Amino acid sequence: MAGLHSYLLVSGLLFAIGLAGVVLRRNIIVVFMCLELMLSAANLTLIAFSRFNTVDGLPDYHGQMLVFFVITVAAAEVAVGLAIIVALYRARQTIHTEDLTSMRG
Amino acid sequence: MPLPLFWFFALLMLVGGLAVIILRNPVAAALSMVASFVGLAGLFIGLDAYLVGIIQILVYAGAIMVLFLFIIMLLDLKTEQKRAPRAVPVVGGLGIVLAFTIQLIGVLGHVPGRESEPLDLVAAAANQSGGIQDKLKEGRLPDVNLVGDLMFTQYNLPLQIIAVLLLVATVGVVVLSKRQSA
Repeated sequence: MAGLHSYLLVSGLLFAIGLAGVVLRRNIIVVFMCLELMLSAANLTLIAFSRFNTVDGLPDYHGQMLVFFVITVAAAEVAVGLAIIVALYRARQTIHTEDLTSMRG
Repeated sequence: MPLPLFWFFALLMLVGGLAVIILRNPVAAALSMVASFVGLAGLFIGLDAYLVGIIQILVYAGAIMVLFLFIIMLLDLKTEQKRAPRAVPVVGGLGIVLAFTIQLIGVLGHVPGRESEPLDLVAAAANQSGGIQDKLKEGRLPDVNLVGDLMFTQYNLPLQIIAVLLLVATVGVVVLSKRQSA
């Protein structure tokens, strides 16, 4: 049986991969996908804590509630974010973050 | 969850995640992200969170990734042409990630580990009522019933707030994607 440590380690590594993608990649759609990876890593942590903290012989369902809300917010965020990317592409014909420097000070 | 299965799904998830940031083609990145989410759903189901696992497949691997692929194909993106990576962001980014990973391993070394206790369904039945109690007595975990019970009683207000959020997001997307006519 895998213990709590294994789940936390795996979820932390997934978060690190997502963070690396956000910092290193220059394609704004891939940056967005890496944001989703980070949210999913947080979800895995929540589910792991919910399972390992049993209440009356059942998993702690309050943790799973939070996961549902995170998934819903992530879905809404993807919809709005992709609409912004499409509008950005229409205005600038690029989604490469190095070409989008008009707000640089 | 048996250990070999855990490592299979965990590796599927991590390799998929790595492929997202390594592959240059956005379509390939999106497809490897689907693999990553399938591995994650496997881990969820191994943690007795059946409904969350199914939702993960349906919402993330299904709806959200199809939306990503749709946008990638709509914008007709080609594989990124190689640009000379600038040294400062790459070194800084890798430094942050490395520091995070070292921190993570350091913290996990100090926290006492925990093994999962088996679920005690018969004892849990005493605190429940109705159909949930019947299923628990039979030794089945009525995951969907328990989640739904909590969501529509104790979490009713957050549920309604999230519904309003979805409505706002829908209206916002329509407004954003309308072509501005001056």
